[in-house]
Amino acid sequence: MSTATRSTTAETADLAPVSTTDLAALLVGGKRPPRPNALQTSLTFGWRAMLKIKHVPEQLFDVTAFPIMLVLMYTYLFGGALAGSPREYIQYLLPGILVMSVVMITMYTGLAVNIDIEKGVFDRFRSLPIWRPSTLVGYLLGDALRYTIASAVMLTVGLIMGFRPDGGVRGVLAGVLLLIVFSFAFSWVWTMFGLLLRTEKSVMGVSMMILFPLTFLSDIFVRPETMPGWLQAFVNNNPVTHLSSAVRGLMDGSWPSAEIAWTLGWAGVLVAVFGPVTMRLYNRK
Amino acid sequence: MTSSNRTGPWAGPAIETAGLVKTFGDTRAVDGVDLRIEAGTVYGLLGPNGAGKTTTVRMLATLLRPDGGEARVFGHDVVREADAVRSRVSLTGQYASVDEDLTGTENLVLLARLTGHAKKDSYDRAAQLLDAFGLSEAAGRQVKNYSGGMRRRIDIAASILNTPELLFLDEPTTGLDPRSRNQVWEIVRAVVAQGTTVLLTTQYLDEADQLASRIAVIDRGRVIAEGTKGELKASVGAGSVHVRLRDADRRPDAERLLRGVLDAEIQLEPDPVALTARVGNGNGNGNGTRNGKDAAKKASRALAELARAGITVDNFSLGQPSLDEVFLALTGKSDHQQPDHQQPDHPRSGDPRPGDPRPVSDLPHPKEATA
Repeated sequence: MSTATRSTTAETADLAPVSTTDLAALLVGGKRPPRPNALQTSLTFGWRAMLKIKHVPEQLFDVTAFPIMLVLMYTYLFGGALAGSPREYIQYLLPGILVMSVVMITMYTGLAVNIDIEKGVFDRFRSLPIWRPSTLVGYLLGDALRYTIASAVMLTVGLIMGFRPDGGVRGVLAGVLLLIVFSFAFSWVWTMFGLLLRTEKSVMGVSMMILFPLTFLSDIFVRPETMPGWLQAFVNNNPVTHLSSAVRGLMDGSWPSAEIAWTLGWAGVLVAVFGPVTMRLYNRK
Repeated sequence: MTSSNRTGPWAGPAIETAGLVKTFGDTRAVDGVDLRIEAGTVYGLLGPNGAGKTTTVRMLATLLRPDGGEARVFGHDVVREADAVRSRVSLTGQYASVDEDLTGTENLVLLARLTGHAKKDSYDRAAQLLDAFGLSEAAGRQVKNYSGGMRRRIDIAASILNTPELLFLDEPTTGLDPRSRNQVWEIVRAVVAQGTTVLLTTQYLDEADQLASRIAVIDRGRVIAEGTKGELKASVGAGSVHVRLRDADRRPDAERLLRGVLDAEIQLEPDPVALTARVGNGNGNGNGTRNGKDAAKKASRALAELARAGITVDNFSLGQPSLDEVFLALTGKSDHQQPDHQQPDHPRSGDPRPGDPRPVSDLPHPKEATA
């Protein structure tokens, strides 16, 4: 930022002069419209997130290339050993690896918040008379779009590789929807860390420390029955296991109501706990 | 709670604080600040880096919670009635308070939407503002590609998108070249002319001199002086005699001679041919006029004595004290001699950026008062 603040005189000299008469007219003419509601401001912040994607499309790398890499790697690496062939394994793996990628990219929400909070624009948002959480909800709405893109990319690659979901279009869409709802809720953990931790690197470090056990110690890669008892105890109660079982079930054409209920329950708990904590930190920042 | 009387007249002061305190760890960044700022005026908070200016502004703008004391903006408590305060104020921070990834238009539309303007209305307002600020050509460019002067403009444009009743300008010209500074000052004057109250923080004395009608000098979290520009200057003394000699070798002679005639301490400037003497040592007892007459008499005698001693004088002037001198007298130190002992003004603001013009010490002498 400092490099650009040191303006070149030449550039400034070329600037058109400020029209004080136009300015005066504008100042007089402005009447403050009624205060917008929470939904309007949240959607406006969501629009901001979209604009950021539009201006910096490279940031979509993590929702395109990374998930493709994961599908290819794990399918061909473990496929033969675990299920006899990659083609058979992908029927089991794809819903899980989809869950894993999307849950993993939720951590970028924390990074974005952490990077943004250092900038002056946050001061402006915080000094506006609006529903306080809408700034953060806006991030999450933008991220929901990213999750959708990641899901679409992975499903496409999966279909090319031979994934044939019995649940059909409806089952797949229901699975993706459940995944996005859970990820939206889970992101509040990262907004908290984004506000709590001082540097981008520490946000990254903490995210990884939580995400690796959470995603690997689940039923994403192998069935829990193959694990030792103490590990099964963790895996069976891991929210990611509930989520991937639910998504797998939905895509497979069944209706795993218990797993869906567990997933939504966890989502509710995450928002109820981390939402208020995040807002407390946001207000104090 | 009070949004109904938003447009209603408020007879009291725009800002009133009592014993405002903010601590960061062990340091008291703001240490009992009392302010009263009348509506419709420009008020300058003047002080060096780390004096507590930004922290004070951030508390008044509801961004920081005070640790002690009270602050009211148009009668609304900044903690208990934060939303009522927020709907009346705008903040232009030390750092550009716009989203650098977005274009100029997008930034303004975003803020217009957030303050309840309809979509079309938002784009109209953005276009009008960009036009008035001479930024139409840059409207579609990302703000990160703007020059320093353009950033300030878009920043201020964002602040007056809805004409605020109170505008905080936190070091609005830090890091700008002189031309852009003048343009920012023009904008501020235009905003004030429409009735907006402005609280300006600055470390540049000439900026406070140019824009503010009342000034509080703040140092180490405390207000150490407050008043109109004239009052502050009068509290220091009637004025200063500034002498520039033709020949640097004669300066010791001139110094001796002036000390005798003026009966004042003589300050040797960094420039080897320049001297400054403060005359009519006032003690703030309101005898400014008499002191002023004395000073003029003494100064003319000094000039005559210099001529008689055969010391060629290139330039001789008697001016009211500059705010620099006020500052020196109040703090016992000139801003440019200040050691780096103070805490940052702001939790995340570090040292002054290298591109910033040097404050205070570079001001031309003597500075005639414009009050």
